[in-house]
Amino acid sequence: MALILFYITSAVAIFATVMMITRLNAVHGLLYLILSLLSVGVLFFLLGAYFAAVLEVIIYAGAIMVLFVFVIMMLNQGKKTIDQERMWLQSGIWIGPSLLALILFVEMLVVIAFGGNAKTGHVVTAKQVGIALYGPYLLAVELASMLLLAGLVGAYHLGKPMLSTSKNGRKS
Amino acid sequence: MELGLSLSVVLFVLGLVGVLVRRNLIMMLMSLEVMLNATGLAFIVAGSRWGQADGQIMFLLILTLAAAEVGVGLGLALQIFHRFHTLDADSMNEMKG
Repeated sequence: MALILFYITSAVAIFATVMMITRLNAVHGLLYLILSLLSVGVLFFLLGAYFAAVLEVIIYAGAIMVLFVFVIMMLNQGKKTIDQERMWLQSGIWIGPSLLALILFVEMLVVIAFGGNAKTGHVVTAKQVGIALYGPYLLAVELASMLLLAGLVGAYHLGKPMLSTSKNGRKS
Repeated sequence: MELGLSLSVVLFVLGLVGVLVRRNLIMMLMSLEVMLNATGLAFIVAGSRWGQADGQIMFLLILTLAAAEVGVGLGLALQIFHRFHTLDADSMNEMKG
């Protein structure tokens, strides 16, 4: 039972990734990338890593994908975008990702209805992760915070001259 | 467990193919995300196999790495778009060191 779910989710992940690579439009690829990340999140859940599954959905499929959407929307401004939006609302584009998301949703309902996790691995709870994270791995947490700070400063430094030029361009 | 590891290998290779084949910078960054995600999956599978929390901690570190990488990478993509007015990765071959 659990193994069947595992196979289905793996198939969804591979199919979504192949579709992502072969899409010509970046937004279409982004839809399939979100599906790929969500299916990997379901795999984490099936493997008993609940905390990682939650983080996968919130940070990967939530925060990082929002960054991508922002940048894609920033890069094609103008009248063209209205036509593009109209084109994107046609059913042929979003029907594939929606069907894959429906498969994942049905899997989640099945797992909830038939109780607990699929017994494909040991369950590692968030408590164990937290104890290990702030015990032996404390230095790694500090290093990760330094990395995030460096990423923040780098992104600000790269984005700042562009913001000032676009403001000047609007004034003149 | 072999299934999970082989799935992570397949996803990693797909991401690598995406980075090598696509020339759009946004698509290359997205393929990089797939590759990082596949390595995270390998860590989770190993941690789940041995019942240890270390796999999920490595996944957390990969997650922070991916977040920082996406921020800097998208900033670079914006800069390149404003300088060259294209997202084609081959348009940057005029750089002189």
